[in-house]
Amino acid sequence: MNFEFSEEQTMIKDSVSRFVREQYDFDTRRGIIESDDGISREFWSMFAELGWLSVPFAEEYGGFGGTVIDIAAVMEEMGKGIVIEPYVSTVVVFGGLLSASTNSALKEAVIPSIIEGACLGSFAYMEPQSRYEMSDVSTTATASSDGYTLNGVKTVVANGGTANRFIVSARTSGDQFDRSGISLFLVDSTAPGVEVKAYKMMDGQSAATLTLTDVAVDQSHLLNSVGEGMDLIEQVMPQILIGLSAEALGIMATLNTLTVDYSKTRQQFGTPISSFQVLQHRMVDTFMACEQSKSMLYRGLCESKSVSEGETDGSALAKTVHALKATVARYGKTIGEEAIQLHGGIGMTDELNIGHYVKRLMMINTAFGDGDYHQKKFNQISYMS
Amino acid sequence: MDIKFSAEDIAFRDEVRAFFVKEYDATVAEQLSGSAGTDYKSAIVSWQKKLYSKGWIAPGWPKEYGGTGWTSTQKFIYETERGLAGIPDVVPFGLKMVAPVIYTFGTEEQKARFLPRILNSEDWWCQGYSEPGAGSDLAALSTSADYAGDNYIVNGRKIWTTFAQYADWIFCLVRTSKGIRRQEGISFLLIDMNTPGITVKPIVTIDGKHSLNEVLFEDVAVPTENLIGEQDKGWTYAKALLAHERTGMAEVADSKRMLDGLKQRATAEINGGKPMIEDPVFQMRMSDIEMELMALEYTELRVFASMAAGGMPGPESSLLKIKGTEISQAIHELQLQLAASYGGALPSELSSDELGHDFAAEARGKYMYGRAATIYGGSNEVQRNVIAKAVLGL
Repeated sequence: MNFEFSEEQTMIKDSVSRFVREQYDFDTRRGIIESDDGISREFWSMFAELGWLSVPFAEEYGGFGGTVIDIAAVMEEMGKGIVIEPYVSTVVVFGGLLSASTNSALKEAVIPSIIEGACLGSFAYMEPQSRYEMSDVSTTATASSDGYTLNGVKTVVANGGTANRFIVSARTSGDQFDRSGISLFLVDSTAPGVEVKAYKMMDGQSAATLTLTDVAVDQSHLLNSVGEGMDLIEQVMPQILIGLSAEALGIMATLNTLTVDYSKTRQQFGTPISSFQVLQHRMVDTFMACEQSKSMLYRGLCESKSVSEGETDGSALAKTVHALKATVARYGKTIGEEAIQLHGGIGMTDELNIGHYVKRLMMINTAFGDGDYHQKKFNQISYMS
Repeated sequence: MDIKFSAEDIAFRDEVRAFFVKEYDATVAEQLSGSAGTDYKSAIVSWQKKLYSKGWIAPGWPKEYGGTGWTSTQKFIYETERGLAGIPDVVPFGLKMVAPVIYTFGTEEQKARFLPRILNSEDWWCQGYSEPGAGSDLAALSTSADYAGDNYIVNGRKIWTTFAQYADWIFCLVRTSKGIRRQEGISFLLIDMNTPGITVKPIVTIDGKHSLNEVLFEDVAVPTENLIGEQDKGWTYAKALLAHERTGMAEVADSKRMLDGLKQRATAEINGGKPMIEDPVFQMRMSDIEMELMALEYTELRVFASMAAGGMPGPESSLLKIKGTEISQAIHELQLQLAASYGGALPSELSSDELGHDFAAEARGKYMYGRAATIYGGSNEVQRNVIAKAVLGL
């Protein structure tokens, strides 16, 4: 039994950590968000050179052959710097779906371009009415002579303004909620009929509304067989939820450190506010919240490993990732709100980094289902079967 | 990053399981639950003697004094299996509290005199720390022990003394001098409960039961050979124990078993024609607890892994105590909620069979007495002070 990262994992973790500390200070990040692109292409190329973009991909496609533990190691450090570049969107989500798909030709064509930094990817699944239900899809894919024709609207598409490739969920059969009638397609942002309306999210990340009007997609751009979209999404979901939770953990730990440090320097009533027991106990509670979140993440990592090594089936992991996302949602909210409160007035300012960490935590919470959504899923597995 | 046990450890786990299945049978379980009309003392002592015969009574002790010689992993596995099997822990005051002080700081004579009788459950011990004026602020204790030649003369009151009514011996923190710091004049004394001048007064708790007591000392003569270590240094010896005491307080395995029981009862209890376990609000309350427990299980494993790698249980054991007791209380609360008004009925001519909901009385008792968990062993507020100071540097 051990809870250490391997030597290789530690190396990549340290390398991301060094980048955040030495090159990604808060002003740099702000400058990037305010730039035209909203991300730094220069840093993205550097991520490629350092091998970070290759982490989860198989060696046959030029990848590092890493696991979800490697992803977590990277994401935790990215969280500490609230790195704005679309690593989750491109590598963990888009790359994860592609990697898990059965379409080898498509993998050979696209994965190398992710690794070298040329492909920025995005998964377009949310619709104006669908909220967190990924099987609520009214975008249609109608069979044509050599493929499919897509019509519909996707909204709040993560990394939507910067991505040059999308994986789009569309209905190939069934009614609006039919889980077995959904298929996933790879669509270029420049394809005829694709309209991208970009905007910024509260955490500084890019998003877009995607309007698809008679978009022709070649048969070869279908990720799995027709109707297997939800299976593929569910297969990749543990990796997505663990990656996001690891990022959240990095943010929570940072907020706690910043708050504890601030309380030791801020003087009121002639003494550091850290000497007040009422504040001490609140900081102890946020410390415990962070430790419990970390434990839940490690539980997810250990169980993923056990599944990938064929020792257990995925049932315990499925339950754990719901619990992980719900725990991170709950404790992320507690830690964020306490960080603002304990900083006082200065915590309310846009100038200070605190609010920006909090806003990223809020967007992680709503990504792929909020805390209540995942707790209900957890309840279904635990108490209804 | 994995929680795999070695093949040897898994074989050990199977051995422990098999022993518990064989020896902790329905009769023993019923005796220990108190429902069979047997008294708790004879039931737990007879179970402890079984463990003694097997050689498993004191996994925490060094082998030379009667410990098992297990690795830290084996000890962890043993405690986990015990909790999962629903077997109560041994009475801690002798085996887990005073014995480590005796074998660490005691003389050879003290070791030879006391340890064997603790090991075979001949002597029942209780703990004399808290006083009416010294609870969380233990260093405020005022029970005095005045040196008088061969004896210390002890005067004062100890309170919240669990099972003093059964005890042959009490280990006490007493004031032997007034040091510059309050902690400096405290000594660690072993006192025979049969000594003239000791009175035990029962305290009935809010669960209607008697396990706590007040212990009064009036000119009690205690031979100086019963002093542990040096006079005035008792605080150091007591403090060395506290971290060990807290590590055992996460009680993850016990809580897992209780939660399983809660799920079964929630399946059986009906409201409006539907099992409570299908009630969405009740589900949210259950999963609040279950998720927290899933995390705590790994927090405990993380603490254990760092100890197995040679670290000492540090301030993180305070976290285990806080979260562990909050979770067990939360389970008690939900259990009592499930018992509804049926849980309020006191024992009487009406048997629980007639009333139905046979878990209800136990749920009430567990809830009421369970409130103590966040008070004893250093209240959860004191534990927060420990983390604030030692971990966060506040």
